[in-house]
Amino acid sequence: MPFPDTIVLPLRQHAGKPATLCVAVGDHVERGDPVGLADGFLSVPIHASAAGTVTDIGWWPHPDGTMAQAVRIAVDRYAPQLPRPRMVPAWQGLTPEQVVRAVQDAGVVGLGGAAFPTHVKLAPPKDHVVHTLIINGAECEPYLTSDHRTMVEYPERVLFGIRVMMHAMGVPRCVLGVERNKPDAIAALTEALPDDLDITVLPLTVKYPQGAEKMLIQAVTGVEVPSGKLPVHVGVVVQNVGSVAAIGEVFETGLPLIERIVTVSGHGLRKPANLIVPVGTLLRDLLAQCDGVTADAAEVIIGGPMMGQAQANLDAPVLKGTTGVVVLERHETRSAQVWPCIHCGRCLEACPVFLNPSLLGDLARVGHLDAMREHHLADCMLCGSCAYVCPSHIPLSQLFQSSKAALRRAAAGVA
Amino acid sequence: MSAPRLPSLIVTASPHVRSADSTPRIMWSVVGSLVPVVAAGAWFFGVSALLVVLAASLGAVATERVFGRGGSLADGSAAITGLLLGLTLPPGMPLWMAALGGAFGIGFGKIVWGGLGQNVFNPALLGRAFLQSAFPVAITTWPTPGGSFWTLKGDLFAFPFTSPVSDAITSATPLGLLKFEGKATEALPLLLGTTGGSVGETAGLVILACGAYLAWKRHLNWRIPVSILATVALVSGVIHGIDPSRPDALFMLFSGGLMLGAVYMATDMVTSPVTNLGRWVFGAGVGVLVVVIRLWGGLPEGVMYAILFMNALVPFINRATQPRVFGTRLGSPS
Repeated sequence: MPFPDTIVLPLRQHAGKPATLCVAVGDHVERGDPVGLADGFLSVPIHASAAGTVTDIGWWPHPDGTMAQAVRIAVDRYAPQLPRPRMVPAWQGLTPEQVVRAVQDAGVVGLGGAAFPTHVKLAPPKDHVVHTLIINGAECEPYLTSDHRTMVEYPERVLFGIRVMMHAMGVPRCVLGVERNKPDAIAALTEALPDDLDITVLPLTVKYPQGAEKMLIQAVTGVEVPSGKLPVHVGVVVQNVGSVAAIGEVFETGLPLIERIVTVSGHGLRKPANLIVPVGTLLRDLLAQCDGVTADAAEVIIGGPMMGQAQANLDAPVLKGTTGVVVLERHETRSAQVWPCIHCGRCLEACPVFLNPSLLGDLARVGHLDAMREHHLADCMLCGSCAYVCPSHIPLSQLFQSSKAALRRAAAGVA
Repeated sequence: MSAPRLPSLIVTASPHVRSADSTPRIMWSVVGSLVPVVAAGAWFFGVSALLVVLAASLGAVATERVFGRGGSLADGSAAITGLLLGLTLPPGMPLWMAALGGAFGIGFGKIVWGGLGQNVFNPALLGRAFLQSAFPVAITTWPTPGGSFWTLKGDLFAFPFTSPVSDAITSATPLGLLKFEGKATEALPLLLGTTGGSVGETAGLVILACGAYLAWKRHLNWRIPVSILATVALVSGVIHGIDPSRPDALFMLFSGGLMLGAVYMATDMVTSPVTNLGRWVFGAGVGVLVVVIRLWGGLPEGVMYAILFMNALVPFINRATQPRVFGTRLGSPS
């Protein structure tokens, strides 16, 4: 999409510590210049996605519903928007530490939604051997197709990113997991597979949440990641296919992560599309690019309909982790009516990690947080499957999310 | 390029979409599936059957309306309780008793527990258990099937608390014949339902067909009826093999209230286990108890007590059959 007039870059776009501000009001920035620097290892810098002038630094609506410190840039309409000439790192000659550093400097995070800093996963703890790199091309959320487009249109870039990662991590084997309902992506990737690396494209069963990290690892390796442990405990690292393409781009052009593919979709939208969007584009500009919304549009969701965040206004910007924007019409939104739990057990059949959401829901409503912890609330990944199937329309995900937050607060209070 | 206009945005927590099914839809679908069963009762026992079912339903629905939470009639569960209770009563039962049973089932079987979803025992069966202990004669007076559709059987319009003076021709149920007179019943009338019995329990094949429809719609869990029926067939088959004077499996399956109980009573979602393993255990327990009560108990029929007894065990079954949480397999690398 064309550059909007205004770009808003929150300093908190990734899991970990927010970036630290490195510009001031009135500064001129070129496309690709940093506006925030990484604050420690578990953090990444933020870069300007368009050339312009910093007009404001202050609180701005964040897609998660809170306010966050953000840098507002008035985009220079007459700038050529070319990035400054920059060094392209020659990956063959770099040590693993240098690759990790280059990825961090480029501000690459997981583009599947969680926005976990990618370089951290490239530097696994030394006491674990990683034998398989798994690339997540499952993209199981309804509506979202940005990873799908990435795989179909940039298979070489994806595979180049994999090559760099395998080199940096010394991993002998890589599996690309793609849901079976994307045959064109599977074909494009298979076509582009190099001969000299052990990379396979694995078609996966189409089901939600196939793209959840632990589900994907189980589908690819047959191993369940132990409860409370990280994938590296079973010798696996998972990266989203979009993040891999971003790494490929870093080592092709030297450009940091300043734009991404965003799915803009839903019946409430006049012209659904997958767009390459500068990070920091405001929702209103993004929707206007798609010819706006229909008369019955009622709910705007950042992310997918299962786990995404509904927006109260259109001021929030697209972040690095914004997979898509879904606009639902009024009749598609869920009603507020809730019936009592009738113990039908559908949530137990739906839960991908085999919890008892019916019991957890009862416990949540009476506030028995300790009992919820004993019943493995921590293993809930808030995928929303239980709430989706619940015939009594009990907001289970919401109850679990707030219970998790209450447990975190309690833990912080004790510590 | 103009900024999109949005009148007002709805903000809800995820997930923002959900399946089309709802609790009222499940309940009313069960009510709908009972229509053929009620119709079969009317076919065999005439208008009397309809009146008994209607009275029990009115008792249940009126109680829910008066004491239930506002709007709780709309979820359809009170209608199910009334219908099911009516189907377990003899077609000539005084109507005031049927209505009282419906009121007891809803009042003491559901509302005192906290309403829908909170009760431990199946409300319809609790209503029937109450009637069985309060009016042991009336609930075991079985009019003969057949006759004109408009013939009123039994003492339908007896006034409350008068001694019924029954001059109706009565017959015995197949289980009663077996228990008290040692007589067997032919297979064909059993399958067709042309025997003595409660309004809705004789037409075994009709009940099975309706249950299959509900299972296909995923509005009842097929594991429970399959588990109950298989257990009854297996246990009674083995006993029949050892002692041929005992009834065979086919008789056990199609006599009494087993079909109605297995398909419609034991599958009540509120009072049955939530885990699939638990459902198999629950069904097996009901099946064993049915055979034990029928063959060695003082009563000819044991479905009601078998289900109520297993209802009481559901919390323990649930606790014992919790699914294994992902990533907690024994012996997994840690």
